[in-house]
Amino acid sequence: MQDVLQQLQEKRAAALLGGGQQRIDAQHGKGKLTARERLAILLDDGSFEEWDMFVEHRCTDFGMEDQKVTGDGVITGYGTINGRLVFVFSQDFTVFGGSLSEAHAEKICKVMDQAMKVGAPLIGINDSGGARIQEGVASLGGYAEVFQRNMLASGVIPQLSLIMGPCAGGAVYSPAITDFVFMVKDSSYMFVTGPDVVKTVTHEEVTAEQLGGAITHSSRSGVADLALENDVEALLTTRRFFNFLPSNNRDKPPVWPCEDPATREEASLDTLVPDDPAKPYDIKELITKIADEGDFFEVQPDYAKNMVIGFIRLEGAPVGVVANQPMVLAGCLDISSSTKGARFVRFCDAFSIPILTLVDVPGFMPGTTQEYGGIIKHGAKLLYAYAEATVPKVTLITRKAYGGAYDVMASKHLRGDVNMAWPSAEIAVMGPKGAVEIIFRKALGDPAAIAARTEEYRRKFANPFIAGSRGYIDDVIMPRQTRARVCRSLAMLLNKQVTNPWRKHGNIPL
Amino acid sequence: MFKKILIANRGEIACRVIRTARLMGIRTVAVYSDADRHALHVRLADEAVRIGPAPSAQSYLVIDNIVAACKATGADAVHPGYGFLSEKTAFAAALEKAGVAFIGPKAHAITAMGDKIESKKLAMKAGVSTIPGYTDVIDGPEHAVKVARDIGYPVMLKASAGGGGKGMRVVRNDDECRDGFQRATNEAVSGFGDGRVFAEKYIEEPRHIEIQILADAHGNTLYLNERECSIQRRHQKVIEEAPSAFLDAKTRKAMGEQAVALSRAVDYQSAGTVEFIVDKNRNFYFLEMNTRLQVEHPVTELITGLDLVELMIRVAAGEKLPLKQSDVKINGWALEARVYAEDPFRNFLPSIGRLVRCQPPAASDSVRVDTGIEEGSEVSMYYDPMIAKLITSGSTRDEAIDRMADALDAYHIRGVSHNISFLNALVCHPRFREGRISTNFIAEEYPDGFHSADVAQAEPHLPIVIAAMIHRRFMDRAAKLSGQLPSHERKVGSAFVVVIAEQQHAVSVVPVAGGHEVRLGGRTHRVSTAWQFGDALIRADVDGRSVCFQLDRVGVRYRLSYRGAQLDALVCEPRAAELSRLMLPKVPPDLSKFLLSPMPGLLVRLAVTVGQELKAGEEIAVVEAMKMENSLRATDDVTVKKILAEQGQSLVVDQPILEFG
Repeated sequence: MQDVLQQLQEKRAAALLGGGQQRIDAQHGKGKLTARERLAILLDDGSFEEWDMFVEHRCTDFGMEDQKVTGDGVITGYGTINGRLVFVFSQDFTVFGGSLSEAHAEKICKVMDQAMKVGAPLIGINDSGGARIQEGVASLGGYAEVFQRNMLASGVIPQLSLIMGPCAGGAVYSPAITDFVFMVKDSSYMFVTGPDVVKTVTHEEVTAEQLGGAITHSSRSGVADLALENDVEALLTTRRFFNFLPSNNRDKPPVWPCEDPATREEASLDTLVPDDPAKPYDIKELITKIADEGDFFEVQPDYAKNMVIGFIRLEGAPVGVVANQPMVLAGCLDISSSTKGARFVRFCDAFSIPILTLVDVPGFMPGTTQEYGGIIKHGAKLLYAYAEATVPKVTLITRKAYGGAYDVMASKHLRGDVNMAWPSAEIAVMGPKGAVEIIFRKALGDPAAIAARTEEYRRKFANPFIAGSRGYIDDVIMPRQTRARVCRSLAMLLNKQVTNPWRKHGNIPL
Repeated sequence: MFKKILIANRGEIACRVIRTARLMGIRTVAVYSDADRHALHVRLADEAVRIGPAPSAQSYLVIDNIVAACKATGADAVHPGYGFLSEKTAFAAALEKAGVAFIGPKAHAITAMGDKIESKKLAMKAGVSTIPGYTDVIDGPEHAVKVARDIGYPVMLKASAGGGGKGMRVVRNDDECRDGFQRATNEAVSGFGDGRVFAEKYIEEPRHIEIQILADAHGNTLYLNERECSIQRRHQKVIEEAPSAFLDAKTRKAMGEQAVALSRAVDYQSAGTVEFIVDKNRNFYFLEMNTRLQVEHPVTELITGLDLVELMIRVAAGEKLPLKQSDVKINGWALEARVYAEDPFRNFLPSIGRLVRCQPPAASDSVRVDTGIEEGSEVSMYYDPMIAKLITSGSTRDEAIDRMADALDAYHIRGVSHNISFLNALVCHPRFREGRISTNFIAEEYPDGFHSADVAQAEPHLPIVIAAMIHRRFMDRAAKLSGQLPSHERKVGSAFVVVIAEQQHAVSVVPVAGGHEVRLGGRTHRVSTAWQFGDALIRADVDGRSVCFQLDRVGVRYRLSYRGAQLDALVCEPRAAELSRLMLPKVPPDLSKFLLSPMPGLLVRLAVTVGQELKAGEEIAVVEAMKMENSLRATDDVTVKKILAEQGQSLVVDQPILEFG
């Protein structure tokens, strides 16, 4: 018996060293933590239960039969974050560059399957050179097995991807399917083809960082939801983020005790919307003044900034916020902001997180770039997502709600549960000036008449009361009382039950 | 007594005057520009009259509009506050013509003191000491020695055409004077092509000390002692106090009596201020007289117990002063700090915008906040960006300073940059505490500008203890999340590491009855606090000492502001702290050399020229998109190298507008 125990200890010790001290030092030299160190920060102290520590690859080509490292380049298992169950895999760059073999993929699939069975989120830490080329198609098959499970898990358990090293080629499509992607600045990149291939094919000279670094994906492509300074910050941030997520699609989002009174008034909100309708203001001030403790976890803060999305808590329970940002492009809807908002709405809907929509939208962005780019189809995504959502939907119009964009932004007509407006709201087909120039086209030569008509239109339609008279707005509220009114609305909606008709799945305009 | 007073001013001073008028049972009229439509002074007043568009040249400075406002509202007196029209003879005259009383001195006194040369002559005639000097051109070295001896060493030799320190020499004896004259002349010739040199008494370790005067129409003229305003930045007063730590009773009396003599010489009636410069040997010299209420008048009010605005109103209404010189006392000490919307970390660049948060410290017998704005107000580009005057008093100077530091710690402003941390660093500076100050204090102590990280902490354990305690609270709350694995719930440990400026401090934090115990470096600190999640201020008791920290959460870090320092603390478990040592320091990102249009739109304004130097935060261009104006600002100090787009041009996303050098 002693011998077997001894053998176990030795095997464990070998596995814990991964690719060996030299490679660990090299990993550290790049400012990167090892796969196990990352899990040590991500999970509650001592909660990690490792599986498949003794898995080895089965490749016998190109001398691989002599190179075996137990674990085969990925650490898998489960643990807790603030006591809540989570399944994890963490690719080990010190072992064959974290490359994905058939066995490596099987380990990942095993925790994914288990996460689905017990209804717990999955967090994948990606740091891999790509496919294990020595294994050929077996490795490719492994990827596809993971993709298939990512898809099956989508909308059932939350899936998070942390990109903490290379993630290139086919490997990118697993994170791409997951719900949120966090990247580490300067040490991670994602692309379908690397700079060398890009140069050969398109003659473009580009660095890996420019092509697929954290900044690129968090500000230009929108592939990443956050770009974080380093491994430690990324992992600690993920722990905070995890507190907003329910365990699965049948669970309620996690709550904690809240000391911030729901009735807290914010007098300064009465002056948030400037007198001048052309002057912007920061919608994030409203979000933080509504939120418990002023705490707003924004995602995609640097991408499509005309739309703000993220999580807050109200009375201790998570709420997803979708808001037009008047500071950027006047808060208009364009291709990227529509898709940004749509995907977030669908995430919240899938995981029973109520949606608070803050509306100040002058319309859809005009122009050839937008039309040629398919704003019709992409704008429809946001419309589809809101129309489809059955979670509690509370909408507040702060200022402009013009035209089709009014309809899209969680209007009453899209089954908004509680639709409120500030007195400064203007709900109309378009702004007064534009409207008058169409209705009174013949009077265009007479500026005085146009001005008078504009004023008349403004008086008549640039307010929330026409919409209120039709019941499209449930109430016009004092800005200072917004938090209280939203909290009460959500409390009322706690047991909301709405079901969409049965179907295989809808056909969202992709 | 007047029935209705119009206040021809805005901001805190308008609010200040309204407060006293109300106490006296006098109705008040506010005036406002378009930018001030919702301002506090407008709401506080009984009536309000619009006097024009936002720029003060079209509103607060238009005499006719204010006279018209008086007529429209039937105001029988006007208080001008400070600045704007307060020292304009024409304004006083126009009011007189309109039959409205001016709450201030008579026009002739304003005129007499408004002219620098005239006022100096008047002062000399009234026996007031002025800075000795020789304003004619000096002929040669020997003449220079004679002139210097007459003035008395040390003497400053200055080039007539000089500036920026060139052609200036301080000389302390005859030899230095001969040599200095030659050098100053040479420098003047080579520097300005003009060799003329003149001489003036050199004031060593100069202090700015001023005497508050109060006079009625019945021949009573009093001095309400001094205020010291030596803490200045580029001639702008930053911190004022009364009395001065430097004056003795004899000097105070002498200065007071000279100030009274000067006031009598111009038949002064109302409150006024005679400014002096005082050298290290307590020699004092007249600078100028301000014929209005001073910004820093509250410190005098707190030590004398008088309401200067009330007394000004009474004097203007023809009443006799209700007190004699012997009734004027100095009770304790008072300090005033000017809270400005400016960024001390970026060379004091004025900051404009919305006060997203603005909670002043609680007012009390010893803490006074004079302000004209509140949370949600806009600090506009049109006026002085002062947010408030914070005034504290105490029975001693140290007590007043302690209260000021506490009050600054509790002053919570967000949304615009502000100088709270700078003010706090100043009042906590050992040299300031000792009273060893001069008008050069800021230039000497902060030669390279202000850096919050450099502020020396008297008690460096405090931020560590507070950060540790706060973190433990957050962790304990997160451990109460619903949905945990039964019997495997989160157990928060007591060991943490507080990382501040890459220094790691191991701590243990244990909740105990009524608070927490924090072990740090072998010492155990007891912390108790009523702080709740979401509170911006952490008022805590640490080992029996009460402190107030301001807390902002920046990502996973805590930003703590206290006593002028601003520290970012990362608190984590020991293993994470150990691993965080492996993180590579970040090289600051290469700032792009181009200003790119962030959106498709029209370039409606581009107000820069090639070679122009821009400070971080300065507006470079305005792009209009969706009928909204978007201001593009410099993110760093830059120089314009090339202009790549024209005003009026349509821009696409990421189109370069400027190239920086």
